[in-house]
Amino acid sequence: MKKIHIILLVLIAGTIAVLISFLQNTTTYDTVQTAIDKPGKFVHLMARWDKTQPMEYDPKKDANYLSFTAIDTLGKSIRVVYHDNKPENFEISERLVLKGKYSAEGDYFDCSSIQTKCPSKYKDDMEAAKKNAQHNAATGAGNTETK
Amino acid sequence: MDYYGEHLLPGQLGQFFIVLSLVASLVATFAYFKATQSKVDSDAGYWKKLARGAFITEVISVFAIFGILFYIIHNHLFEYKYAWQHSSLSLEFKYMLACFWEGQEGSFLLWSVWHCILGLVLIKTAKTWEAPVMTVVSFAQFCLATMIAGIYIFDWKMGSSPFILLRDSGVLDGAPALHLNFDVNQPLKQDYMLSIKDGNDLNPLLQNYWMVIHPPVLFLGFASTIIPFAFAIAGLWTKKFGEWTKPALPWSLFATAILGVGIMMGAAWAYESLTFGGYWAWDPVENASLVPWLILVSGLHTLLIYKHSGHSLRSTYLFLILSFVFVLYSTFLTRSGILGETSVHAFTDLGMNFQLTAFLLVFTVPALFLFFRRYKAIPTIKKEENTSSREFWMFIGALVFFLSAILIIGKTSLPAFIKVAPPEDMEFSYNQIQVFVAIIIAVLTGFSQYLKYKETGSSFFWKKMLWPLIISIAAASLVVGFGNIRYYHPTGGYGFLAAIWLATACSVYTIITNAAYIWLGLKGKLNLSGGSIAHVGFGLVLLGILLSSSKKEILSRNTSGIAIDFGPDSDQKPGENLTLVKGVPMPMGKFDVTYLKDSAHPKKQQWFYKIHFKSRTDNEEFTLWPNAFVNYKGNEGLMANPDSRHYLDHDVFTYISALPNPDKNKDTATFRNKPMKEGDSLFYSRGYVILEKLVSKDNIPFEGFKPGDKATVATLKVYSFNRTSYTAEPLLIEKQGAFFSQPDTVMSESIILQVNSTENGIANVGIKESGTVLEYVTLKAYKFPFINILWAGIVITAIGIVISMIRRIQLNRSGKE
Repeated sequence: MKKIHIILLVLIAGTIAVLISFLQNTTTYDTVQTAIDKPGKFVHLMARWDKTQPMEYDPKKDANYLSFTAIDTLGKSIRVVYHDNKPENFEISERLVLKGKYSAEGDYFDCSSIQTKCPSKYKDDMEAAKKNAQHNAATGAGNTETK
Repeated sequence: MDYYGEHLLPGQLGQFFIVLSLVASLVATFAYFKATQSKVDSDAGYWKKLARGAFITEVISVFAIFGILFYIIHNHLFEYKYAWQHSSLSLEFKYMLACFWEGQEGSFLLWSVWHCILGLVLIKTAKTWEAPVMTVVSFAQFCLATMIAGIYIFDWKMGSSPFILLRDSGVLDGAPALHLNFDVNQPLKQDYMLSIKDGNDLNPLLQNYWMVIHPPVLFLGFASTIIPFAFAIAGLWTKKFGEWTKPALPWSLFATAILGVGIMMGAAWAYESLTFGGYWAWDPVENASLVPWLILVSGLHTLLIYKHSGHSLRSTYLFLILSFVFVLYSTFLTRSGILGETSVHAFTDLGMNFQLTAFLLVFTVPALFLFFRRYKAIPTIKKEENTSSREFWMFIGALVFFLSAILIIGKTSLPAFIKVAPPEDMEFSYNQIQVFVAIIIAVLTGFSQYLKYKETGSSFFWKKMLWPLIISIAAASLVVGFGNIRYYHPTGGYGFLAAIWLATACSVYTIITNAAYIWLGLKGKLNLSGGSIAHVGFGLVLLGILLSSSKKEILSRNTSGIAIDFGPDSDQKPGENLTLVKGVPMPMGKFDVTYLKDSAHPKKQQWFYKIHFKSRTDNEEFTLWPNAFVNYKGNEGLMANPDSRHYLDHDVFTYISALPNPDKNKDTATFRNKPMKEGDSLFYSRGYVILEKLVSKDNIPFEGFKPGDKATVATLKVYSFNRTSYTAEPLLIEKQGAFFSQPDTVMSESIILQVNSTENGIANVGIKESGTVLEYVTLKAYKFPFINILWAGIVITAIGIVISMIRRIQLNRSGKE
């Protein structure tokens, strides 16, 4: 067997080992209930901002404290605490990926990062765009009738 | 029914050219295929002539489509969905091209345009390789044409046409005002265009000059990876297994340079706009473009090995094939929407997943089939590479690069396919592995050029290597010893820090040895030194990455931390945001930072904030103007663009992270000062303030304070005439002999209190009453050191590759080697 083949095998084995250990470190996508069921465990909580509940962010008091209510598709909601500013596109996002852990003591989701699902390079938020068009059309035509 | 105010001709012409390009590229593919297969010269000549005609027709069609679409956008023909969706009347001319390739259709078109230009160059230069290589290129053109076809084949829609009308796109279907009798089930009103006054505009975050130049360069990079691939396929197909490597080498160099620069332009854009807090975030979209480049670099090196030693031809085939396959795979990943939750770039599914999968498979399956079918026939050298040979170590380097690419793409795609979420710290998961790749590659790059092909005598090697090695060890010790690299990752710990130190030392080593080789090995002949120059550049890239990432500082991190109440739910973590009240300086790192004023864009809902930085330790003083779009186009919220101050060895960035309601109030108030002792009172317009306590502390249990630093806390009780009371605790901090005061605000009373100085129990207290609403900005500020090493490294790498490319083209022309 050539030396180079031995090195090849070692490196490939290493690559596979790294990928397997990577799979061990992966986490899960969760709903509010399943996140609550595993307190202290890092999860990706899929939810959206519940606009009917008050949101607390007062940069004059603490610019690194954001608290709001997230609600998932099953309708269950939870209070979220995030130690950073309100992320960009937070208001227009349709969905949020909240990374963090459920804190059983405080009964809230301690969030370390928020990903907003928002318009980007290859995507225009067609819903927002449609609304815009319809709004413009309605006002442009001098008529306020809506469906 | 006819509608008023529509311009249908451009769209019809455009659609005609789309169909023409579909047909022409298919004819070109077929004719080039026949030309390759023909055994008789006259037949081959006939097919080739036909193929060229078809390909030139294809080129004309693609340019016509490009021109017509640009015409539609430029003339604001909002009856076309593409113009309506991506542009607006207020869009500046320079962003017309940016919005052209914002959409999927436009970016496919851009890719196609580059194939056309590259194809024309191949027709001119590829000689005997023209027919098989152009078969592959023409077929890729056909595939790209199907992506923008927008043609129905029975019930299946093929591609998405950029010329679709707004009224056919479904966007207007839900707008009653545009329909007869305000009934959405009725047809549109004939004069509906009167209501479509403006387009949707280019996403303001993309209104950036990088959006004009980054996509064309990146797509030229993507487009050019097809050429080494096509040459490899041509070699397998015609069974002339080795000859194609000669013309393929300059093309591989070209693709490596352009794709590399294109990717790093994206990094520079991310860095400048700070969307990801840096230039690289291991986002799936970034990874997907990096992986083909890494594999291409592996292929480039095995090409050189083959050329000089006859080894590694099989790996060359595999690498060059896979590099293009991964371009297609990255197209699939980023456009199919499969990445969904894992990428911060969101991608919609245009309903073309079947087509994108087919695009991937239609190249991958036949290419790999051909490769394995011919595998045995590909010539190899039975004799083993000598461990003292350059090719041995070069191959290991290429292999490590390739496997690191496989790791990156594996980590990127596995979560998408097996439906698990990425690990807690995704970036670290990449960094902890890639830092070792960097170490191996840096070491290998550092010495391989000192080895000869086939075999090297050890005295020859050491004679040349000795001095560069000694200098490198000295220089690396200095950088690591005095570079003050103190990066600490909670999971990685000191082991990771040690790896960063080692990688830093190895990159210094590779920079020095490769620079030295230009004189020691190549006698200073720069036209021969492309490889060494590129390696110096690559070493600088590694060094720049390591230094800038491990020494990044968050200036706005609040380390004085005393007056800031983090709230009941906080475990007193200092955060990255800092709120600045207008006119009140706040300490931030070594700076006192003041929000001075703001101004609005004349046309857009965009505000500019004047932020003044003044160093307390030296004369450094500058003003930044970060800006933000507020509630842009009716979308509630804030979209911020940073501003930065560039220095040779570091950059200071700041951007707005939160704002008060944009109802502006002018604040012209200034501080009124009064000396007070405990129990004294001070009146303001709606109440009075009593100094309750004045306490000095010299042991401050917070980060950043040394023994001997002092803080004076003034406890002030604010009694409002409306019978409520508040407590304010402004601070005067004495830090290493310098004083700075940290004011406190009572929001509901709109007053700011600060301690200017203290002496013998008497505090000089300042009070400022602002208007009804206090003006403030919340911002983040970062310092990125040594980022210029990275940018310089990229430029030098690209220059080195281009020098090599020119040399290889000259060698091929002169027929030497």
